[in-house]
Amino acid sequence: MSSSTLFDKIWNQHTVDDADPALLFVDLHLVHEVTSAQAFSGLDHAGRTVRRPELTLATVDHAIPTTGRGLGIRDPLAKRQVDALKDNCARHGIQLFGLDDPRQGIVHVVGPEQGMTQPGMVIVCGDSHTSTHGAFGALAFGVGTSEVEHVLATQTIRQNKPKSMAIEVDGGLPPGVTAKDLILGIISSIGVAGGQGHVIEYRGDAVRNLSMEERMTVCNMSIEAGARAGMIAPDETTFAYLKGRPAAPQGEAWDDALEHWRTLHSDDDAEFDAVRHLAAADLEPYVTWGVNPAQSSAVSGGVPDPSSFSDPAIREAAERALEYMALTPGTAITDIPIEHVFLGSCTNARIEDLRAAASVIAGKQVNDGVSAVVVPGSMQVKIQAEQEGLDLVFIDAGFEWRDAGCSSCLAMNDDIIPAGARCASTSNRNYEGRQGRNARTHLVSPAMAAAAAVAGHFVDVREWS
Amino acid sequence: MKPVKTITGTMVPLLRSDIDTDQIIPQQFLKRIERTGYGEFLFDSWAKDEEGALKPDFVLNELARANASVLVTGRNFGCGSSREHAVWALHDWGFEAVVAPSFADIFRNNAVNVGLLPVEMDEETVNRLAALAASPQQSIVIDLENLKVVAEGFDETFLIDENARKRLLQGLDPISETLQLESDLKAFESRRPSWFPTTASF
Ligand code: SF4
Repeated sequence: MSSSTLFDKIWNQHTVDDADPALLFVDLHLVHEVTSAQAFSGLDHAGRTVRRPELTLATVDHAIPTTGRGLGIRDPLAKRQVDALKDNCARHGIQLFGLDDPRQGIVHVVGPEQGMTQPGMVIVCGDSHTSTHGAFGALAFGVGTSEVEHVLATQTIRQNKPKSMAIEVDGGLPPGVTAKDLILGIISSIGVAGGQGHVIEYRGDAVRNLSMEERMTVCNMSIEAGARAGMIAPDETTFAYLKGRPAAPQGEAWDDALEHWRTLHSDDDAEFDAVRHLAAADLEPYVTWGVNPAQSSAVSGGVPDPSSFSDPAIREAAERALEYMALTPGTAITDIPIEHVFLGSCTNARIEDLRAAASVIAGKQVNDGVSAVVVPGSMQVKIQAEQEGLDLVFIDAGFEWRDAGCSSCLAMNDDIIPAGARCASTSNRNYEGRQGRNARTHLVSPAMAAAAAVAGHFVDVREWS
Repeated sequence: MKPVKTITGTMVPLLRSDIDTDQIIPQQFLKRIERTGYGEFLFDSWAKDEEGALKPDFVLNELARANASVLVTGRNFGCGSSREHAVWALHDWGFEAVVAPSFADIFRNNAVNVGLLPVEMDEETVNRLAALAASPQQSIVIDLENLKVVAEGFDETFLIDENARKRLLQGLDPISETLQLESDLKAFESRRPSWFPTTASF
């Protein structure tokens, strides 16, 4: 047998029809309110049913309020969308974590937290950040609504086989450099289309040493490098995280699963279609200055001069970005003032992210001109943070402490950053208008966001005291 | 889905790279639960000012472009969010094809599923076509059968995945096709290990 990559193994183990494109079995289909309604109506219209409701898990996250939930959803369109999901799940026998469920949260936080995300699975969701689940050594990717309908009806997905890419991060991350900085560094080095048509496997010592939360941060933003999916081979860190979670196997089943999981790694002589190397020691905390996630600088650097880019398309994009962001070339990153801080999203709103931010602001105050908000990734994260007293650290410092959801990551609910305002955000997309029309987003790690909240401008957390 | 064979019409050039689906259809329009009604919000933040009035200098708003059916654009078109609403919005507006040097993976799949033809040609060729598209009257013919794009002084071939081409030409419904593989599917399901998770745990 020829040697295979982790990606090949999972692909082959899930092939129902070995055609091109292949038909893959889907072990877990995650569903949220924004990309599912049209799929369910298509299903109803054709008189079809959901083939495997017990392999389908739904939650509400994108359009829901993060305050005053007792009053219900005020926005009539959002309410209609959430009600449609409730109704669709009830009719088809799908488990839904609704607005008042203590397990509700962002779909990519909830799956892993409940133990539904496990190594070796194929996981899809009508959401591009499904790549997050690759942190467990699963093949997980986002699909469109027509494909959601296909998965509901058949529990399979037809896909062209992507190519494989290894990103090897050698050495250890320097102090103060987080998983968010690692992925921002990778995106800036390979570009927003660098991973197009590929499944990335993150490898190397720096990756091995990451916790599960950190691995999820890295895999989450694979899509920001244009990749079809991102994955990290499972190991003891993965197994320890999973053990005892509600949907994790138990007893003898755990041993069987473990035996299988231990086979899930790329063979030593497996060949990747592309290989990239990165030295962890070269990484710094990053801040994006533009309107795509590759447009970033090290915090010690400055806003670049667009004329320094040789590719005309990249140069033009940088010019447009600086105009939208109202930034001048040469400005030191640490001289950029901010008015909003958003600590949230499926990239960086897990318990470790909240701990990291809390440790930066403990005993300090949010700057007068700054409005700062924490939106935990799930209600479970919120409850745990409260048990650890983190809520008080945030509230005492002047942060708002909200309920779980996507919130200002995409500003579909009321959590909109005003036009022209600048926001330090722990989310994954700094696109024009992403956090609100004409809002200006700077992507950073939780620690960097917290420090900026206190200082009122970006600061290098490595020098924070 | 209606079969797509030949597209004949005029063009809109929008030569920016990495146009993400948030630009194609911003988040505030994603609350609808229908597949239609997105066309008027296409490129909303670029097409309208803060008060919602159409910006006359945005190419899509030029009167002479109102009946165009082919968008000519930059590399990595449709990156970012998986929202199929982006394809619905382009389709609703009247576009039947998008020509670009490259497409983001999810966008390309969504386009084929909806019947919006993704036409991939190298950057220099797309730039030449975009230059022709500066004239709103310039007509274009895209022939999916023969993989040809023809305009004035322009005659080029393009690339598309063979399966996508077949599906577009025949207007196939992928779900009915898959459902014909019921016995393969059943056999696969019977081989799955029993410890894979289900929501019965909740
Ligand atoms: S938090 Fe943001 S990126 Fe994540 S699922 Fe929600 S909207 Fe998408």
